[in-house]
Amino acid sequence: MKLIDFVIGFVKLALKGSPRYYAWIGALLVLMLLGAYTYIYQWMNGLILTGMRDQVSWGFYIANFTFLVGVAAAAVMIVIPAYIYNYKLFKEITIIGELLAASAIIMVLTFVVADLGRPDRFLHLMPLVGTPNFPRSILTWDVIVLNGYLILNIIIPGYVLYKAFNGEKLNRKYFLPIVFLSIPWAISIHTVTAFLYGGLGARPFWNTAVMAPRFLASAFTAGPALIIIVAQVIRRYTNFDIKDRAIFKLSEIVAIAMVVNLFLFGSEIYTIMYSATSHVASLEYLFVGLHENTKLVMWTWLSLILDITAFILLLYPKTRKNFKTLTLACIFAFLGVWIEKGMGLVIPGFIPTPLGEVWEYWPTFPEAVISLAVWALGFFVYTIILKVAISIETGEFRKQLCMDECESEAKSREH
Amino acid sequence: MPDDMPDDESKITRRRFLKNMAQSAAIIAIPGFPPGTTVDEILQWNFKEMTPEEKREAVERLERRYREQFKKDVTVRTTPAREDVLFGYALNIKKCIGCRRCVYACMKENNQSRDPQIQWIRVLEFEDGTMNLEESEHYYRPKEVPEKGHYYMPVQCQQCENPPCVKVCPVQATWKEPDGIIVVDYNWCIGCRFCISACPYWARRFNWAVPHLPADELNTSTHYLGNRPRMKGVVEKCTFCIQRTREKGGRYPACLEACPVGARKFGNLLDPNSEIRKVIEKKRVFRLKEELNTEPKFFYFMD
Repeated sequence: MKLIDFVIGFVKLALKGSPRYYAWIGALLVLMLLGAYTYIYQWMNGLILTGMRDQVSWGFYIANFTFLVGVAAAAVMIVIPAYIYNYKLFKEITIIGELLAASAIIMVLTFVVADLGRPDRFLHLMPLVGTPNFPRSILTWDVIVLNGYLILNIIIPGYVLYKAFNGEKLNRKYFLPIVFLSIPWAISIHTVTAFLYGGLGARPFWNTAVMAPRFLASAFTAGPALIIIVAQVIRRYTNFDIKDRAIFKLSEIVAIAMVVNLFLFGSEIYTIMYSATSHVASLEYLFVGLHENTKLVMWTWLSLILDITAFILLLYPKTRKNFKTLTLACIFAFLGVWIEKGMGLVIPGFIPTPLGEVWEYWPTFPEAVISLAVWALGFFVYTIILKVAISIETGEFRKQLCMDECESEAKSREH
Repeated sequence: MPDDMPDDESKITRRRFLKNMAQSAAIIAIPGFPPGTTVDEILQWNFKEMTPEEKREAVERLERRYREQFKKDVTVRTTPAREDVLFGYALNIKKCIGCRRCVYACMKENNQSRDPQIQWIRVLEFEDGTMNLEESEHYYRPKEVPEKGHYYMPVQCQQCENPPCVKVCPVQATWKEPDGIIVVDYNWCIGCRFCISACPYWARRFNWAVPHLPADELNTSTHYLGNRPRMKGVVEKCTFCIQRTREKGGRYPACLEACPVGARKFGNLLDPNSEIRKVIEKKRVFRLKEELNTEPKFFYFMD
């Protein structure tokens, strides 16, 4: 069967690679094993192993979860120009974004599992075998949109690669509607995730209408920034053709998204600071510290500096079109948003607590190891599927699998 | 839906499936689960949707497990809410002396983990002239209470009529009972802690570690939705001592009994002659964070 051939081919291609590929995959595997080991420890002892407590009951896991939902959503920034505006240069690289989306969602779901007190009971979320609180709990919405998005981002690139593998043309009648569906779906995952926070009247720092727009703006900064970096790695190590102009177009998107992001963040800061109600406390914690609790202050300013520097570098055509400064800007944008949309968003929501207590959180070593392992898992998945995808897209898979030659060889032997 | 009515097909299928699973595998020692946990317990259904038969089985399983765990007989009741009862609480902040006897009586009654210590009541100390929560002192330790120039405000679950914690729970593991008590099914909670984020009164606690409760400190009279011993990774909270207040000729919550100055009042809000109704009618009462529309059934008042 063709599908089985495809799967076998996929596995074969994933297992073949240069020493550099093996070293990278091996390093990621080591990190994943370390994380798995630490996770068993966490499962046996409970989340007491983390820095979280009742005062700050979500931490580094949920921070990374939130940030990565944005990275996953960002694939849409390639899909929209490619399929709605028919921007050809992006059509060739949509697969990079879609595979990133799938990998990011895998990290997102793993971070949620790492954070659950009772991961053994996750089936309670499912219809029929559980009692999902749908539609009342916005978290059940998130379960639906995140898993749906994962499926979409497996089906779409999977179908493209399957057809390319078999040398067949895409059936656009089925393919295009699904691609178009993935656009609002991408927006939905980050909107619903923002609503998890925005809908809580108990937490004034999160309870703001600008939350969802801010989430989207920051997502469209960090996601495409990562794709630009990945695109350059691909260009260096493979024959996959990514045009300069495609990368420059992406960098314009990062620049625009960053300025919108900064604008929305600024609006938030203005509203909180100028009205100067007691709700200013969380922001104070972020920027200057609250009652001598200052662990996040350095990071907040670092994130702001990274964001602004990235924006300036991307604003000037000279630095935007220089690959050195462009890469730097993308790294800055990615890290800046990671801080701001991760710890910078989650932690201040808990400080002070609804009863006014100020208790400072910081991730523990096991928490950091598990988080690092989840990132390693994401990069592991992304590396492998991207590598296979590229060898299929470039047609090199035939050579690597010695498909034609071997076939003819076998045939000649039969004769 | 009445309990004796047949459920929809899906649940029957699930139940059969679980039964078969349970018969085929009766593992006892599963890493990370409390000793004596059975596969049946792991696979049991949401308490809210259990049939009376399933409830009975669940209780038997728990009692067996607790006996194994604590070497003591524990009673787990499932007493339902009484009709025409809506519980309310009132607390006189003029009388409260901040002694925290309620905090520890609650721990003793409700089988909270002693290590790490879980407390359901938090007593805030305010300087006279302010009620700004952010200026309250949570960890006051004077030689003697009450401290001069200060007053005290104990905060526990406010049993909201409009509970934000219930709304956000993704698996319906927490809900409002007909008598107004917000309960948690500790065997159904997945430990996502969304309810902790949603609670404006910081009334929910999480079992960050395996709860440690010495057998000689165990209260053996328990309710399924209340003070039965918990496991790691689940959320818990004040239930107005559901194991006491729901019984015939019900007892007052432990915090009320422990209060040395009679600052705490409890009763049926639907009974016009109840003490709680008298307090609401005769005293100046207020509720915390009314602007959030949570409609607490926990009132504060002053003489």
